[in-house]
Amino acid sequence: MSRIARRFATLRAQGRGALIPYVEACDPDYDTSLATLRGMPAAGADLIEVGVPFSDPSADGPTIQKAALRGLKGGSTMKRVLEMVRAFREGDNETPIILMGYTNPIEAYGPERFCTDAKAAGVDGLIVVDMPPEEADLLAGPAAASGLDIIRLVAPTTPDARLPVVFSGASGFVYYVSITGVTGTRTASTDELAAALPRLRRATDLPIAIGFGIRTPALAASAVRVADAAVVASALLNTLEGTLDADGKATPRTVPDVLAQLRGLADAVHAVDKTDSK
Amino acid sequence: MAKPLSHAPISCGVEKLSATDTQAGANSLRSGPDGRGRFGIFGGRFVAETLMPLLLELDAAYKAAQADPEFHRELDYYLKDYVGRPSPLWLARRMTEQLGGAKIYMKREELNHTGSHKLNNVMGQILLARRMGRTRIVAETGAGQHGVATATVCALFGMKCAIYMGATDVERQKPNVFRMRLLGAEVVPVTAGAGTLKDAMNEAMRDWVTNVHDTYFLVGTVAGPHPYPQMVRDFQSIIGVETKEQILAAEGRLPDAIVAAIGGGSNAMGIFHPFLDDPEVKLIGVEAAGCGLDSGRTAASIERGKPGVLHGNRTYLLQDDDGQITEAHSISAGLDYPGVGPEHSWLSDIGRAEYVGATDQEALDAFQLCTRTEGIIPALESAHAIAYAARIAPAMGRDQIIVINISGRGDKDIFTVAEHLGVKL
Repeated sequence: MSRIARRFATLRAQGRGALIPYVEACDPDYDTSLATLRGMPAAGADLIEVGVPFSDPSADGPTIQKAALRGLKGGSTMKRVLEMVRAFREGDNETPIILMGYTNPIEAYGPERFCTDAKAAGVDGLIVVDMPPEEADLLAGPAAASGLDIIRLVAPTTPDARLPVVFSGASGFVYYVSITGVTGTRTASTDELAAALPRLRRATDLPIAIGFGIRTPALAASAVRVADAAVVASALLNTLEGTLDADGKATPRTVPDVLAQLRGLADAVHAVDKTDSK
Repeated sequence: MAKPLSHAPISCGVEKLSATDTQAGANSLRSGPDGRGRFGIFGGRFVAETLMPLLLELDAAYKAAQADPEFHRELDYYLKDYVGRPSPLWLARRMTEQLGGAKIYMKREELNHTGSHKLNNVMGQILLARRMGRTRIVAETGAGQHGVATATVCALFGMKCAIYMGATDVERQKPNVFRMRLLGAEVVPVTAGAGTLKDAMNEAMRDWVTNVHDTYFLVGTVAGPHPYPQMVRDFQSIIGVETKEQILAAEGRLPDAIVAAIGGGSNAMGIFHPFLDDPEVKLIGVEAAGCGLDSGRTAASIERGKPGVLHGNRTYLLQDDDGQITEAHSISAGLDYPGVGPEHSWLSDIGRAEYVGATDQEALDAFQLCTRTEGIIPALESAHAIAYAARIAPAMGRDQIIVINISGRGDKDIFTVAEHLGVKL
């Protein structure tokens, strides 16, 4: 059983939902992002998304765009991202790590070598934003051979008839992009979420995470009431950005402030009793 | 199989795909893309899931329009009476004499309404958007030619229009920015990155993904996710279809070379495509070499890039070893893009078309040569094609023929040119 499947099984047994925070690699430098990553499990992260900086994140809003540029400026390369995961794994062998990024840096690294090295570093799953099922063959073979989960995105625009296409070859969990839009902008209403989840549940038995627009503990809690996990990215990155000095460098507040916010989000998520759900 | 050398009157319609496929036969180079939107390894649909259902819908709508004679009738009408097609094929006598070699013809796309080839594609796509019931158009623009063309048809059909343009380009293409605003479009300056076409493309995609319910993304070049490269090529192929008929009427034979500038590559693809199965016609795409192919300040994606994935397709891209896209540079805002249409990448790999570079300086020189010898002020984009033609023409025989695609007029560029010539306007 993969770390991701194990983690969701444990949470289900405990009747809890999951909080999945996001950290951009090398934002604003390697040490700060590693310290944040290392502090996340104790602050309540159940799984963690590590963003792989890309120069042209065309599905992301301004917050993640800026984080990606800071990450690149901070020296991020695919090799460096994997080094960071390996360093994290030295102290944590349980918390699943999911890399989130775009196709081109993976293609440049070489899909097979990437999957082998990512698995060896301790990565558990991949979310490739601009790789829909129609283009998934680039990674499907190497990921399966390495035992990496491919986490599929599903959107409000995905019609029911297409759901089987999206979920074929999916593993780990499913990421529901709750709005039509880019990250960190609009928030889906409770009604929209309540309407969306049943149609996804009918099409997959995988756990479902909701992302895009979840910025407060209350929103995170309402997401896990209907889904299995809430992903929070832009809200944490906004906090990080607010702690940087005038030159964009990390300050002593950077890591603690991000982790404190994460703790608040995690407490709200973990207070939701899901014992009776499903 | 024998090529049908048609002398039929010039038709204004886009290439009818099914007819093309049948005529071209199994070994045709004109039958792409495949069912996945691929030209060899290039092309595809690398987009977020939110957009994927829309691309499938667009593909179906485009196929339906292609098969509908009414769509072609409507497009023919607008191309003839609004765009002003067919555009002439002009024998450039003085330039030919001055260069002292091959006979030079110019395909006069700069005479189209709005001053460039861009309107051919925009007209096709706006009619498709209307068929699909969309009420709002978003587009990206570099030099502003595609933005102006898009704003123009939005005015014509009373549709809402948002044009994303890099802040750097907004600055260097002021006349076109004002033109778009006069036409009723909202021009959104994009400050991300270097503030050029690549960044405008990212931002237009973000707008589209946010407003999918009513918005049509009107891509201006033969790049982006499938079916855009195919669709834009088909709408632009009118350039090559006309050229073929016109050169046969004038010379009784096909040209030895066709030369066109390449940014994303829509004017080149448009003039190349109808000639792909005529191996005697050399097809030459001229990329913007900027300060020189090896200067590090270039936009020559095919010559100095590597295959990669950006903006929905796999193609040659200027990028570093880690797969990060690098900034392009060209004096011409319309060529200042680190990628190129996927069909060009494929044509380069299979050797059917040749891709070369012309520098900023060569383009400036060609701009003046064309202006002084022919009385035609070309766009700086087109000046790259003229520069390369001027380089090869003297070594060719007087019985040989070059066709240059004059993709746009240069009125928008006079400020840039004046600055480089040290003239204060």
